[in-house]
Amino acid sequence: MLSRVAENIYWMARYIERAENTARLIMVNTNLLLDLPKAGQLGWQPIIEILGCEAHYLESNQDYDERTVLKYLISDTSSANSIYHSLQLARENARTIRDIIPREAWERINGLYNTAKATVQSGYGRKGRFDYMQNIILGAQTITGLLAGTMLHDMGYDFLKMGRNLERADMTTRIIDVRSADLLPEHEMMTPFENIQWMSVLKSLSGYQMYRRTMQERVNRPFVLKFLLKEKKFPRAFFHALLEVKDCLKHLPRNEEAIELLNDVGKKVLRADQAILQQEELHRFIDELQLGLADIHKVISKTYFRHPVAE
Amino acid sequence: MAIRWGSYKVRGLYDELIRVAGKPRPAAAALCQYLRNLSDREIEEYKAAAEMAIHLMGVTFTVYSEEEGSIDRAWPFDIIPRIIPKSEWMQIENGLKQRVLALNRFIDDLYHEQQIIGDGVFPGSLLKNSVNFRKQCIGIDPPGRIWAHICGSDLVRDKDGAMYVLEDNLRVPSGVSYMLENRLVMKRVFTDLFENQNILPVDDYPSQLYDMLAALSPRAVEKPEIVVLTPGIYNSAYFEHAYLAQQMGAELVEGRDLVVDKDNCVYMLTVEGLSRVDVIYRRVDDMFLDPEVFNPESALGVAGLMRAWKAGNVALANAPGSGVADDKVVYSFVPEIIRYYLNEEPQIGNVPTWKCVNKEDREYVLEHIAELVIKPANESGGYGMLIGPQATQKEREHFKKLIRKDPRNYIGQPLLTLSTAPTLVGNRVEPRHLDLRPFILTGPDSVQVTTGGLTRVALRKGSTVVNSSQGGGSKDTWIVDDEGL
Repeated sequence: MLSRVAENIYWMARYIERAENTARLIMVNTNLLLDLPKAGQLGWQPIIEILGCEAHYLESNQDYDERTVLKYLISDTSSANSIYHSLQLARENARTIRDIIPREAWERINGLYNTAKATVQSGYGRKGRFDYMQNIILGAQTITGLLAGTMLHDMGYDFLKMGRNLERADMTTRIIDVRSADLLPEHEMMTPFENIQWMSVLKSLSGYQMYRRTMQERVNRPFVLKFLLKEKKFPRAFFHALLEVKDCLKHLPRNEEAIELLNDVGKKVLRADQAILQQEELHRFIDELQLGLADIHKVISKTYFRHPVAE
Repeated sequence: MAIRWGSYKVRGLYDELIRVAGKPRPAAAALCQYLRNLSDREIEEYKAAAEMAIHLMGVTFTVYSEEEGSIDRAWPFDIIPRIIPKSEWMQIENGLKQRVLALNRFIDDLYHEQQIIGDGVFPGSLLKNSVNFRKQCIGIDPPGRIWAHICGSDLVRDKDGAMYVLEDNLRVPSGVSYMLENRLVMKRVFTDLFENQNILPVDDYPSQLYDMLAALSPRAVEKPEIVVLTPGIYNSAYFEHAYLAQQMGAELVEGRDLVVDKDNCVYMLTVEGLSRVDVIYRRVDDMFLDPEVFNPESALGVAGLMRAWKAGNVALANAPGSGVADDKVVYSFVPEIIRYYLNEEPQIGNVPTWKCVNKEDREYVLEHIAELVIKPANESGGYGMLIGPQATQKEREHFKKLIRKDPRNYIGQPLLTLSTAPTLVGNRVEPRHLDLRPFILTGPDSVQVTTGGLTRVALRKGSTVVNSSQGGGSKDTWIVDDEGL
């Protein structure tokens, strides 16, 4: 398989997943703001911080007013995280590999991009937001399903799955991070609402029911963290995503370095003790996990997409 | 009855299907009968079915603009086919084979001893001015000494019924995918016609192309690595590149996917590492092929490709430099070229051509400029032409000056009246002018011609411009077995 084609498949999958996850992130925060007392709310600033795009955001915006942030997250064409931009890049990548992906998948990607663009206004306000985000999430899920059900499960599909799972693992950590942000000590007044908040995190990852079935525990911090970070069987859990990537790597040549790195990150997450994962520690721990994912990406890119002879 | 052949006017024209009003040619009789029996509603249904089929397959025809969405570049398709009897086609086919054989000998000679110049048959001065002669190719021996492996020659029929070659495309001719898709559409829509008639198939082209390319492989391996090199998704023929790669099971690559290593071999960059490439069917122009040798700015090519080709480590189809034989002045020498190399008379004619480089011809052209078409040597797509009968006095004087200043660069030809074929206009038929582009594949041990080719039709009334960008469309081309008709 051509490196360029593999790379395009990988990024296509990442951007589709990113669009879906940004939509989920927006939903979790919207719900939180509805559930929590109005005083002391952190609003939308933490989301921008969690996405690591504060500097970029402030280049063209002055405050963290809800509508401004939503506009940025949904339709800013210069932001690597905005839904519209992610879908645009997913489509760009898909376009060059149309002979690899089934035609229906291409049509769905194109269709999702077009709808997201045409209805972009409806996501800014709270009224139409749920429908808009739901449409993005379902659209992305449809594409994922179509690809799983119709694409050749060859090496190309491995790159697709790796892209999707690395992106997913990354966003799961970021969604957890939303919680750790407004549970910092200076926001003690939020403590009574903690469990409600963890519930909304689970729901944003479509994980509430799955949590109930797996953990058989009431919703509280240590178990939710355990579930979202370490659960092997939940598709949006960090560890599950790592295992998926590892599975794909096993089919590929020259996989030693990537697998070794992946095992390190896996061990780190399994060893994490929820008890020590208090607010600030959690935030740092999540940074570490995100750096681990970035390193895995770098190794995959170096091993399969870049060739010293061509540089 | 929607289509009445009795009121179809062919006076003063040569029509491919209808001899005189109401009387079809023998090979077209069955088709015309069939069409006459269709009601308005059936015609509508067939048209809609064809459009639907094109739309379904046509997703692949679509070309995308960088900015926004898609521009559908699907050619308008006319559902009435153009028919050529097999007996006539065999002659054309032989003529084309002869022509391409001679052209390949000519190209090879130009890059070696240049005997044809030494023998005074072809003026050496013409070569010096040729924009498509590549001195980087001098002395190179491509496999079987074949240079133009894939040739698309444009044929036209004049009102007297004679077929002429209008030009040969020896660089990166396109259109063959439309020929293949047009047939697919017709088979879906007019299944019954194909059941009852002896229409020769066209669909073995991709496997013939594959076999021809495989025969060029420098390595004697069972399955040589063949790739199609495309300029990328923004090229207007990208669909065809992807289509042919897919049909041949070959990898579709861009310049950035290939690299020439220290061993002067070409490699693809794959996830497994470097993978050796044997044959490149390149759809990138000479000047962009290798920034080391040609345009240094080119990002479409592969640095070192010419080194690898010279070393015989990779085959390129068509070979760089093949274009030297497709400028309009060289064209005017093709009859002499055929006689010189093959010692045979041309079996298929050139359009009569006056070469302004010859004094006598030039005087004739200057005197008769009002009746002639004047073409510059190295332009294509109808650019820089003068159509004498339609030009103003001022334009004609301007061209006279141009010819006197640079006679080598101009040829004169009579204005042909291209043949026509019945074409649907609403639910009625009207004659429209057309041409034909067959494709000729030449390998070390075989020459093959497509069965028919791509028929392009000028959809505007009276127009003879068949280019897709200027109101042209296409038709399916049937070679019908006329034995016993």
